[in-house]
Amino acid sequence: MATNMTPSPLDVSPIFGRFTLESLPLQEPIVVGTFCVVALGGIALVAALTYFKLWGYLWKEWFTSVDHKKIGVMYVILGIVMLLRGFSDAIMMRAQQVLAFGGSEGYLNPHHYDQIFTAHGVIMIFFVAMPLVTGLMNYVVPLQIGARDVSFPFLNNFSFWMTAGGAVTVMMSLFVGEFAQTGWLAMPPLSGISYSPGVGVDYYIWSLQIAGVGTLLSGVNLICTIVKMRAPGMTMMKMPIFCWTSLCTNILIVAAFPVLTAVLALLSLDRYAGTAFFTNTLGGNPMMYVNLIWIWGHPEVYILILPAFGVFSEVVSTFSGKRLFGYTSMVYATAVITLLAYVVWLHHFFTMGSGASVNSFFGITTMVISIPTGAKIFNWLFTMYRGRVRFELPMMWAIAFMFTFTIGGMTGVLLAVPPADFVLHNSLFLVAHFHNVIIGGVVFGMFAGINYWFPKAFGFKLDPFWGKVSFWTWVSGFYFAFMPLYVLGLMGVTRRLRTFDDPSLRIWFEIAAFGAFLVAIGILAMLIQFYVSIRDRNTERLRDTTGDPWNGRTLEWATSSPPPDYNFAFTPVVHDGEAWADMKRRGFVRPIEGFKPIHMPRNTGAGVILAGLSVGFGVGMIWYVWWLAAVCFVGMIGTAIGHTFNYKRDYHIPVDEVIETEGRRTRQLAGGAVA
Amino acid sequence: MSAATVTDTTGTPAGEERDVFLLLDEHDHPEGASTMLGFWIYLMSDCLIFAMLFATYGVLGTSYAGGPGPKQLFELPLVALNTTMLLLSSITYGFAMLAMTDGKQRATQGWLAITGLFGLAFLCIEMYEFSGLIREGHGPWSSAFLSSFFTLVGTHGLHVTFGLVWLVTLMVQVQWKGLIPANRRRLMCLSLFWHFLDVIWIGVFTFVYLMGMLR
Repeated sequence: MATNMTPSPLDVSPIFGRFTLESLPLQEPIVVGTFCVVALGGIALVAALTYFKLWGYLWKEWFTSVDHKKIGVMYVILGIVMLLRGFSDAIMMRAQQVLAFGGSEGYLNPHHYDQIFTAHGVIMIFFVAMPLVTGLMNYVVPLQIGARDVSFPFLNNFSFWMTAGGAVTVMMSLFVGEFAQTGWLAMPPLSGISYSPGVGVDYYIWSLQIAGVGTLLSGVNLICTIVKMRAPGMTMMKMPIFCWTSLCTNILIVAAFPVLTAVLALLSLDRYAGTAFFTNTLGGNPMMYVNLIWIWGHPEVYILILPAFGVFSEVVSTFSGKRLFGYTSMVYATAVITLLAYVVWLHHFFTMGSGASVNSFFGITTMVISIPTGAKIFNWLFTMYRGRVRFELPMMWAIAFMFTFTIGGMTGVLLAVPPADFVLHNSLFLVAHFHNVIIGGVVFGMFAGINYWFPKAFGFKLDPFWGKVSFWTWVSGFYFAFMPLYVLGLMGVTRRLRTFDDPSLRIWFEIAAFGAFLVAIGILAMLIQFYVSIRDRNTERLRDTTGDPWNGRTLEWATSSPPPDYNFAFTPVVHDGEAWADMKRRGFVRPIEGFKPIHMPRNTGAGVILAGLSVGFGVGMIWYVWWLAAVCFVGMIGTAIGHTFNYKRDYHIPVDEVIETEGRRTRQLAGGAVA
Repeated sequence: MSAATVTDTTGTPAGEERDVFLLLDEHDHPEGASTMLGFWIYLMSDCLIFAMLFATYGVLGTSYAGGPGPKQLFELPLVALNTTMLLLSSITYGFAMLAMTDGKQRATQGWLAITGLFGLAFLCIEMYEFSGLIREGHGPWSSAFLSSFFTLVGTHGLHVTFGLVWLVTLMVQVQWKGLIPANRRRLMCLSLFWHFLDVIWIGVFTFVYLMGMLR
């Protein structure tokens, strides 16, 4: 009965697999043009790095670094770079939908358009939002709990490079072969081998599997860090709220990502080995895939939003000059959201036909989630109430979030009503809803966090003028881009359409395209903001010599900006939930002598090598280049085993170096006081 | 003034100690203090992968696509033998850990070697079973039931294979460095992993084989 053991009728060369020169998308002028720009930019970058002899510096100080701060910064850079790619996809879709009216086909053919909406979703969730969230957690959590690094510093480096490896794999699909044309969750049977015989879905599978390893390990790492490495005196209920939301997020990661790994593995078996899990034939059940992928997918959205909630809690408290209102209720609300995240997945497919009682159960659990979320909104409002609110950039993002997210939350409750969902399912109303909560919640949260912690990471603030330009264009651009989609969705327009017949719809798409254009200016302004801030970093205006530019309340502001490799010369002892505010209130005096050598983890290149081999393995699997996959797989196992033979994982920072670093800080603080 | 007295992490110190904000007399932290917790959490995530595969088997386990079901395909005596191999390997791993606690390196290595042999026997029997099924035309591509059966049992087998590679690596490392704390910690992790696979197998044995025969 072994009918379809070879999954594809394509010719498979023993050396190149199914790769031929025709696999290069040379017939797509847009892709070729993009490739030229990217290639020229890449060559310029490589040339510049070589000319300024920066490779050695990057390798030693960044790529192989196990310092959680540098890894955090690398995650955020990865997220911002991928944001540019994901946003290019978005604006191409907006342009296509504006043009493709009245018999016009627009400028994107179906094959290309379908790849774009798939890549947009995949990239924005996995390679923009996830790296930004993980990056902030990596950077901030150890500082907030008074630790010198995470529990497993090497794993942290490895996790980053696996995430980056996944991103590289996705980017490769743009120029070599194709990406999936299935939508961001690659639902079978469409994603099965008979309907998607090309490399697109395989790119999808392997990029997510590679990045998924990184995400899972980083989740384990941060849970251990938070549970085991808190400074003395910091009980769980004295942790900053960002640490609480990070803890819950990482619990969600560890409890959700294995499901994604498993379901993608089953899909791969269907595609590679000819099994019958999600097929229409031989007893397979595609609806299983839908259930399994959403059992991961729904917790995933809370994985993204909870750290953003944590950022807002820190920001609102700091810029209102007050202790966070309702700390305990905030912790319990976070925990309740964590639990409820697992009992709502079916609301993504009320229309599948599970029956009225099942649908009502999931509808009600979904609505229940708005209660803890609402409690959080009230807590932030009460924190601001009678506070001295300073409208710095992070606070502006927080306020924009409160307005925007409340609207998104309310449309979410509308969608949670099963009969209403039967009308709105797969419509642009849904698209508007999830962009409303993800942009208004996660993206605004990450921007608040970047503006808030940037001075900590680099020793100078981000330029407020360009930050405000970015803020206003982003926020207004968001409303212009997505409010029309609510209207269109209520009128019955479904998602992922390439052309339209009804000319009366066009005005709404024009407004949405204008919004996307505003957002483009917002992103550009953000890049200018980075440029201007780096250029003016030594000016009085932006420089931070105190280590505490916002009058912060938690421990990360107790050390210098940027913090030394070891974070704290002496481990802090915590007496209060707002440890640094407490220290300042009680007249804490920074010691200037008595330093000791500090025990730290050692850098290693194993993470980069393992991730590189994983990408090689993925490419081999995608293109059926079996020898490459086999060589890389053996290489991965060999490198991993070889790494375990390295027993010298740590070293001591000599006391002289600590004295010198701390002396610089003493002089800086004194100089700051004079100026 | 020594701050070493306030290392108590459970409560807020009172009085003078309230104004102590730094640990001035800190010692190196023991390496790998979080390893066991981290490994436990990893195992739980692995357990979820198996949970998904069990759930998949639960849904698809009766989709025979007109082909044979468990009663026609499974040979319980063979599975009983296989189960015995794996359970014995867990017991011998336990003996290895006892020897390790007593600091007896040679005994530890001996028991580890025996554990490895039992594990290998388990794998060989499983491969014999799989190859028999495939030879008779009941491969994983024949029906959704067989897809989910091969995947669940095969994933467990892959884990055992990985455990064997790890076991050999650790034996080399114990030979090289002795029962130093780092190696003891690694042996503890593999111990958790090995027993975990045993627990999973008991689920497979009951849920797939025994209950399959009842259907």
